Amino acid sequence: MMGADATDRGLRLEGVRIERAGGATLLALDLAVAPGEVVAVMGPSGAGKSTLLAAVMGTLAPPFALRGRVTLDGRDVTAAPPERRGIGILFQDDLLFPHLSVGENLAFGLSRRVRGRAARRAAVEAALAEAGLAGMAGRDPATLSGGERLRAALMRTLLAEPRALLLDEPFSSLDQDRRDRMRRLVFARATARGLPVLMVTHDPADAAAAGGPVVRLGAG
Amino acid sequence: MRARALPAPAGRGARLRLLPAVPLLTVAVLTVPVGAGLLGTALPAIGVMPALGHAAPGLGPFRDLFAWPGLADALRLSAVTGLAATALALAVTVAILASWSETRAFGAIRRALAPLLSVPHAAAAFGLAFLIAPSGWAMRALSPWATGMERPPDWLVVQDPWGLALIAGLVAKEVPFLLLMSIAALGQTDARRAATVARSLGHGREAGWLRAVFPRLYAQIRLPVYVVLAYSMTVVDVAAILGPTTPPPLSVQIVRWMNDPDLALRLRAAAGAVVQLALVAAALGLWRAGEAGVAALGRAWVRSGRRGPRGRGPAALSLALAGLAAGVVLAGLGVLALWSVAAFWAFPDAAPEALTLRSWARHGPELARLLATTGAIAGLAALAALVLAVGCLEAETRYGLSIRRGGLWILYAPLLVPQVAFLPGLQGAFLTAGTTPGLVAVTAAHLVFVFPYVFLSLGDPWRAWDARLATVARSLGAGTGGVLWRVRLPMLLGPALTAFAVGFAVSVGQYLPTLLVGGGRVATVTTEAVALAAGGDRRAIGVHALAQTGAALLPFALALALPRLVWRNRRGMQDA
Repeated sequence: MMGADATDRGLRLEGVRIERAGGATLLALDLAVAPGEVVAVMGPSGAGKSTLLAAVMGTLAPPFALRGRVTLDGRDVTAAPPERRGIGILFQDDLLFPHLSVGENLAFGLSRRVRGRAARRAAVEAALAEAGLAGMAGRDPATLSGGERLRAALMRTLLAEPRALLLDEPFSSLDQDRRDRMRRLVFARATARGLPVLMVTHDPADAAAAGGPVVRLGAG
Repeated sequence: MRARALPAPAGRGARLRLLPAVPLLTVAVLTVPVGAGLLGTALPAIGVMPALGHAAPGLGPFRDLFAWPGLADALRLSAVTGLAATALALAVTVAILASWSETRAFGAIRRALAPLLSVPHAAAAFGLAFLIAPSGWAMRALSPWATGMERPPDWLVVQDPWGLALIAGLVAKEVPFLLLMSIAALGQTDARRAATVARSLGHGREAGWLRAVFPRLYAQIRLPVYVVLAYSMTVVDVAAILGPTTPPPLSVQIVRWMNDPDLALRLRAAAGAVVQLALVAAALGLWRAGEAGVAALGRAWVRSGRRGPRGRGPAALSLALAGLAAGVVLAGLGVLALWSVAAFWAFPDAAPEALTLRSWARHGPELARLLATTGAIAGLAALAALVLAVGCLEAETRYGLSIRRGGLWILYAPLLVPQVAFLPGLQGAFLTAGTTPGLVAVTAAHLVFVFPYVFLSLGDPWRAWDARLATVARSLGAGTGGVLWRVRLPMLLGPALTAFAVGFAVSVGQYLPTLLVGGGRVATVTTEAVALAAGGDRRAIGVHALAQTGAALLPFALALALPRLVWRNRRGMQDA
């Protein structure tokens, strides 16, 4: 960890193997995602795409078990709880917390390093404006359109200042037109922050738009 | 350098280690009282009761019990009322589900369940008695124009020697319970598609449902059905109100012996409790054998290929039966309310001469004290149960310490083992331990019966919660505690309050635990109302039974209203 240099930067999966109880291997993978790079993982349903993300996230549950190492910017996070990994995640659904306002959702993610009520509110407002949601902090998430909610979810994730981003079929709930715009927004924001992005999808257009390497998991 | 934050502060680690112990603690809360109570009942039954100077074991108490001339009748009443009430309640439940599940009308039936279920057994029993007694409201409504009667007839309608009124009262209260348990179970049985397939193969609605869905449903509601059987055989408060008196069902007689000033009768009561337990076990065995018989008949019916009736006749019948069950409870409450504000009310009149608040004013001060005690016990028991239930479910979420098949039997143990079989022993155990009977002991005893319902009520919504929300919250920096307190519990506010209300209502309705564990020193609206049964002061009974119902229903109303108020600006929380 002391020797973190340029080659350690980004998200790395070293000798990662996900096993079912009993020892059968679901998938085995070596992978390096450089900062600002989007790696797409593709494969049929049941190939273990979402399980792979759970392993990287640290939420892998029985009957699955993880072997190998997950490192982020040179730090081994394999044993760290999800909240100490510095990894953000976006799902197909926005998963905004329905009991909080849009602004409170963003503040939930906003890093503790932003101190003071006024500063925190300003940071939330700025993030909303960046996603074209200016003035929506007080709104009930349920009153936003699907695209607006996904953008709010993206900004909530980014406000937590993650050092890597996971995407789990993030655009499949949108129609074709919104999907393109959302893709551009997500990839642009992630690249601007130099985040390594690991995306699982079964839409080849997602992988093509990402413009990065594509990893195919075996047929399940 | 960036690995700085990993070692957890000590306090946090200590708190985390508590949680895995909660399921174990809960198992102890459920099983220790039942086990200690059974032991405390078994010892006096074989003549060991040092407090009374009996130390040598022997069969004296059983000889004494078998010499009691009412025993055969008491046993028959317990078995017949229990089996008949359970069979009828299950039949009505199945008839409603077969005809009406997956229809639009079912939504209305479903919404009527929770309030019906929370009406305490004793209040429902009083209501039924006030309806069907010879001088009850039904007879008044028909007299004298239809019956020609100017004086109430000398018929033994309530407390009839066959226990028919008792069976009717039990069926009316158990149908909503079995329906609610069935609806929860249907969600896990793929019922809709199975029923559709059956109908596409030419089976009528009811016949198709019975053959395609019912077997799977029954496997899921078997334990609740056993609970109904064990409860119906051994219930004390309902039997004291609606059941025959000379002799009463065995459970009522056991409580009479327990409360007799002659302490020697405690030994006979203990022997009776052991016999009651054996009778319930035998009835459960008989029921289990009956299940196999019905299954064999059902298979033959399926093989025969008969398609069953197509019309809506069975549907109309089942709705009428369900309406009767619900109507009896609601009309009974109405008559109770009328009596509580009745001035002079002569026999054949359908309504009192005038309405007055005199009865409420007379019982008001005492009622306030009773309600305070009732509310304190119920509030504490339901709160403790909710905390334990959340702890168990959170432990399940975090560590996979889930309640499986064996755990389910532990959960149901306090409901399957008759109260009258282990509460007398628990009373003895408390006395031996030197604990003064009082609010704490009674609340602890209530918790045993409250917890299973709270846990069952909260479990389904808890597990149905989208776990990806937890993943998102943790990726945003929230720890497991943050997920619980800031996301999961606020989102589950409605189900948590409902579970609390269920527990509160269960506690309000408890009669025997309050009476026996309280040693007669703790009085609630329920113990007072049941004590009034013998006296026959209808105005006092009306006031107390209504107060009891109100105490059980009010938390339900709050549980419905509060989340709507708190989350009024959150549309995504409205259907939660």
